[in-house]
Amino acid sequence: MLQSIIDRRLSGKNKSIGNRERFLRRVKEQVKEAVRRAVDGRSIKDIDKGEDVRIPKKDLSEPVFQHGEGGTREMVRPGNKEFVKGDRSPKPQGGQGGGGGSQASDSGEGEDDFVFHLSREEFMEVFFEDLALPNLVRTELTEQPEWKTHRAGFVSDGSPTNLHVVRSMRGALSRRIALGLGKRRELEELEAELENASEPRRGELLLKIAELKRRIDAIPYLDPIDLRFRNRVRVPVPSTNAVMFCLMDVSGSMDEARKDLAKRFFILLYLFLTRHYEKVELVFIRHHTQAAEVDEQNFFHSTETGGTVVSSALLLMDEIQKARYPASRWNIYGAQASDGDNWHHDSSRCKEILQQQILPACRYFAYVQVAEPEQNLWEEYGTLADEVPHFAMRKATAVSQIYPVFRDLFRKEGRAAA
Amino acid sequence: MKELSAMGSLENRRTVRVGPDRHEWGGRRTPPPLREMKPLLQRPSQALPSPSDWSFELIEQYHEVIRATAERYGLDTYANQLEIISAEQMMDAYASVGMPVNYRHWSYGKEFIANERNYKRGQMGLAYEIVINSDPCISYLMEENTLAMQALVIAHAAYGHNSFFKGNYLFRMWTDASSIIDYLVYAKKYVAQCEERHGMEAVEALLDSCHALMNHGVDRYRRPAKLSLAQERARLEEREDYMQRQINDLWRTLPRKAEEEAEASARRFPAEPQENILYFIEKNAPLLEPWQREIVRIVRKIAQYFYPQRQTQVMNEGWATFWHHRLLNQMYDDGYLADGMMIEWLSSHTNVVMQRPMQALNPYALGFAMYTDIKRICEAPTPEDREWFPDLAGAPWLPTLHHAMRNFKDESFVNQYLSPKLMRDFRLFSILDEEDEKDYLISAIHDPEGYRHVRQVLSANYDLGTREPNIQVWNVNLRGDRSLTLRHTQHQNRPLDKSALEVLKHVARLWGFGVRLESVNSKDEVVQHFQVQGPES
Repeated sequence: MLQSIIDRRLSGKNKSIGNRERFLRRVKEQVKEAVRRAVDGRSIKDIDKGEDVRIPKKDLSEPVFQHGEGGTREMVRPGNKEFVKGDRSPKPQGGQGGGGGSQASDSGEGEDDFVFHLSREEFMEVFFEDLALPNLVRTELTEQPEWKTHRAGFVSDGSPTNLHVVRSMRGALSRRIALGLGKRRELEELEAELENASEPRRGELLLKIAELKRRIDAIPYLDPIDLRFRNRVRVPVPSTNAVMFCLMDVSGSMDEARKDLAKRFFILLYLFLTRHYEKVELVFIRHHTQAAEVDEQNFFHSTETGGTVVSSALLLMDEIQKARYPASRWNIYGAQASDGDNWHHDSSRCKEILQQQILPACRYFAYVQVAEPEQNLWEEYGTLADEVPHFAMRKATAVSQIYPVFRDLFRKEGRAAA
Repeated sequence: MKELSAMGSLENRRTVRVGPDRHEWGGRRTPPPLREMKPLLQRPSQALPSPSDWSFELIEQYHEVIRATAERYGLDTYANQLEIISAEQMMDAYASVGMPVNYRHWSYGKEFIANERNYKRGQMGLAYEIVINSDPCISYLMEENTLAMQALVIAHAAYGHNSFFKGNYLFRMWTDASSIIDYLVYAKKYVAQCEERHGMEAVEALLDSCHALMNHGVDRYRRPAKLSLAQERARLEEREDYMQRQINDLWRTLPRKAEEEAEASARRFPAEPQENILYFIEKNAPLLEPWQREIVRIVRKIAQYFYPQRQTQVMNEGWATFWHHRLLNQMYDDGYLADGMMIEWLSSHTNVVMQRPMQALNPYALGFAMYTDIKRICEAPTPEDREWFPDLAGAPWLPTLHHAMRNFKDESFVNQYLSPKLMRDFRLFSILDEEDEKDYLISAIHDPEGYRHVRQVLSANYDLGTREPNIQVWNVNLRGDRSLTLRHTQHQNRPLDKSALEVLKHVARLWGFGVRLESVNSKDEVVQHFQVQGPES
């Protein structure tokens, strides 16, 4: 009656992926919220990981008609030890009568949250959606690094195109020698005996010799176990190192919302760089009237007050770059975020430093202003942007405006690669 | 189908029919059960190999012996198809209500995520088996299982459940095993097409609403006509056209003649209350488009397919457990199974039939105990059994057991066959919970005075009609605001849960106009009242 045993293990994996997508779409708001919180809390380097999302159970309920509390119920339970008919037993507090009888409590009365894990891809998808990235760029960012195939010895199975003839034949030869060794030795002995054997023994020997020869011939010339195939493995293409300088104004006028904008801008640049370079180092420089190199935590989360001298940060960047990241071995990227406020005599100096010291060493320098009013720094930089192709500047007052800053960058990269 | 209610002392006087069933549905014939087990032709020279890891050859060997043993007991099954799957696929199947294909819906995704999480935390062992009521009957074997577990699953699912699906009257009447997979494939495609044409949101909202009413989308008494998938498709278009015309006629807005008007306003619609709410909506909701009606129909059909399973949990699981136990023991007695295998599957078996005191009854434990008890009554009746089950005592056990499996559902099965001995073994007692009492009252226990009462209460507990609220379509305001009125008839004054309002919103979405729900107590007074405005207003 058995029709068949079917091995389904390899087919139909991830069958419920469509259901999962629909589920995620359903809880989009909560997922977005969770991603936003994660972006706030995470370090830039940890950005491309999954995240746990909590959703209150009642938001996911699927209501059906069911009995509520009250009325008369009678149920049967096993394991009676102490009761006889007519006994009374107090109802448990809270009115939930004795476990619900046959009405299984699968409705999950508990107000536990429903928790699930967002995979890295899904996390990035939501993150990008917020930034209004076009699809092309999304795929570019999520895609795995480039691979190259390398030879890696020989294996015993593979496709016919990879068959290594010499190796296979060598294997076959040695196998034939090894398998025939005993028989050939015996053959030689018999032939030696045949030289001076008398008649009845001679016939016997001839028969034996014929049999041995037949068996030696029967050893297959080429056996499947002799076959050797070239083996190729995929390895990621090693690419050179990059360093990314994050410069941010931390004077009193940069509030949390502006810092959040700046952070998203840095994250995006970082993600882009990690796609292109195997190793990306981050240098955080914050400044008010003086610049200092700090760790990421202090960079985003400490507040300072005071005036603003942008050139201090640029000078520090230049100093660090020359000392630790020689342009010959590092791809240097700069990203500057500020609300545009600067001590007005300083702005022209900033332009000078950028133009003469920093930009010649940089692959790309992006400036994003997270506030609307155009001040003299914006004007000075504006003249620079016209002259230098790898300098980009944009204003962003909402997260969705961050992406356009990168459009120039991607266009340039595309052209360079073509 | 004749089911005696639990009244009087004659309740157990049933003749055990050994001849072929007179009731045949859908042209499916079942061979009469064997009177006794066929003999073993030849004892094996040695036991089957028993490494802990399985291989395809070993599964085939074991399956062959299990099959031969089942045949000696006369188990009648659909052809078997065993499928090896991974744990992830098991969870996939779990999530979409155990079916190999199904339409896409977010709730299945939620289900999967919840299962996956529990499984990874180790809170939940996956079920050993999923078996699908289809022809051929598909049983899933998980790759992580040991050989002993695979043998257990084959005996349990591929012979136990499979023969139940083929034999039990509810399954024969309500499900068509040969076409369910085709129908699900069709449903999946149709829903996907609708998503493309009308947008995911629209389809999702519609499915949400249908799911909320799924339990009220089954015919409890009427028998459906059988249709092949091809006929089903051919009828679809015809049906869409025709129905739209019908509905337009019902909702005709042109003025009628005066006497017609009078007659129409006196006429109730529906003429009699309707229990199948989804069916009523599919046929009569004024604003649904043809594709929406078709989706309502799909959900309704699938609900109907699962309806027998919900009514035969104890019987079905008990039957499968009884037979894996019987078959594997028989194989051991015949010399096929090694000792190690026995120990391993017996330990799983013991876990499956474990019953914690004071907790809800485990259907595996109760069902297994009941079938085992019927066999005991047949073979070695006590004077008590002779008094309670005069027809069973001394009868051949195989046909008796088959008769019990074929012709009952949980409710009537318990009512007919739960014996005093079993009630004592389980130490069953019944608890009465009245709303205005401070305490529970122990209404009966496992003593001569209480047997009948306990049995009656347990039987009623398995009755879906009392487990789920009884809600029917009561009236439609044809001439006025077109509102729909549902009526809940309370069972023992049990009110509806407040979630009813949420469900009602779903009803209103389907109906397109306002919906009211009245809850009526035993004195015919409306005691609860829910109301939802139509989506338009």
